[in-house]
Amino acid sequence: MKPFEYFAPKTLAEAIETLARYDGQARVLAGGTNLVLNMKEGNDSPRAVVNVKRIPELRGLEFNSHLTLGALTTAEEIRCSPLIRERFPALAHAASTMASVQIRNLATVGGNLCNAAPSADLAPILIAFDAVACIAGPGGERRVRLEAFFTGPGATVLSAGELLVAVEVPPWDGPVWYLKHAPRAWMDIAVVGVACALRMDGGVCVDARVVLGAVAPTPLRARRAESELVGGPLISERIDRAAKIAAEESKPIDDVRGSAWYRRQMVEVLTRRGLMQLITAQ
Amino acid sequence: MPKLVLTLTVNGEPRELLIDPRRTLLDVLRNQLELRGTHRGCDTGNCGACTVILDGRLVTSCMVLAADCDGAEVLTVEGISPDGQLHPVQRALVEQGGIQCGYCTPGMVVASVALLNANPHPTEEEVRMGLAGNLCRCTGYKKIVEAVLAVAGERN
Repeated sequence: MKPFEYFAPKTLAEAIETLARYDGQARVLAGGTNLVLNMKEGNDSPRAVVNVKRIPELRGLEFNSHLTLGALTTAEEIRCSPLIRERFPALAHAASTMASVQIRNLATVGGNLCNAAPSADLAPILIAFDAVACIAGPGGERRVRLEAFFTGPGATVLSAGELLVAVEVPPWDGPVWYLKHAPRAWMDIAVVGVACALRMDGGVCVDARVVLGAVAPTPLRARRAESELVGGPLISERIDRAAKIAAEESKPIDDVRGSAWYRRQMVEVLTRRGLMQLITAQ
Repeated sequence: MPKLVLTLTVNGEPRELLIDPRRTLLDVLRNQLELRGTHRGCDTGNCGACTVILDGRLVTSCMVLAADCDGAEVLTVEGISPDGQLHPVQRALVEQGGIQCGYCTPGMVVASVALLNANPHPTEEEVRMGLAGNLCRCTGYKKIVEAVLAVAGERN
């Protein structure tokens, strides 16, 4: 590991100032499950490491009209929170599919999103809920819909000096779920992840979200599949069509975890399975 | 590279030491505090041999920068049973044949103790999920899971 300057600011302002001063050469340390590994393996050699864990503004998990998750909320806190299990069970479930308890106790929602791995398990489900990223930086605060937060593998809209402070998750009045496909039940990275959300009114689908993970450079909303679902009853022919369209919309690559062909097939399978599950849950 | 002062409590004992900011909690436990019960396996957060309890939470100490532990309380396998007796989990692992080469054992012990503290009567599925982050290269999982269930009084 290359030498670095270590900072543990106690205020948001101090953290932003330090990150801005290093102009992209500083890394934010939260859970560390990506950063520490990358630094050990020599894949990342930042000039400075800014530990943000002592900043109170980045903590907290509360529900008013929507759920607010401080960026430091861990995957295990999301999995175990009685509030989330009751009001956002699909989010608790998505967190439970991640890694091991040891890693979930370290890994934060902020890190899962800011690392921007296309396979990040919390991204599709939070996009399905239409979550908003609350960002603070040298120019002040801004809010970005999570759907527009990712710009590529490992890349987000955050500029040097900006920090993800919290994620706001509006409630969704309908069934939602996340399906993850991986060879192992635990301790594995998604080959394909699909989050589905439906809103029904008198047997007619009035709103739908289908969000795909690990099959494009960023988590991807399958908007054409969503349009196919909205406006009619969710008979199996319509679901089949939507699942096929979602597969067409995906842009997977071949890698060690699966071929592009296989991933596209699995997008169709998981989208169909997820939607069928939501309808039966109605 | 300037050293940092690290103050933490390990197994109930306050410690203060100078560390290189690049060191992980695992490095400091093994090399500076000479607590070598915590094992270095993969060093990538996958195998769980380095599992400790940090401020009440089970973590892989190889993934935690030591500098991040300033003010923290750490419990290692050496502190699991402070009176010099085997912890019930350790005794069950011995009795049930849940120890083979022993490399994963400290991590299994710490993870099992944390699991049983949080959930005193886990199902087999819950034990398997709770120990998903602890790899046993001897593949002795069945007996390890049975040992944990035996402690929970739910032998199947």
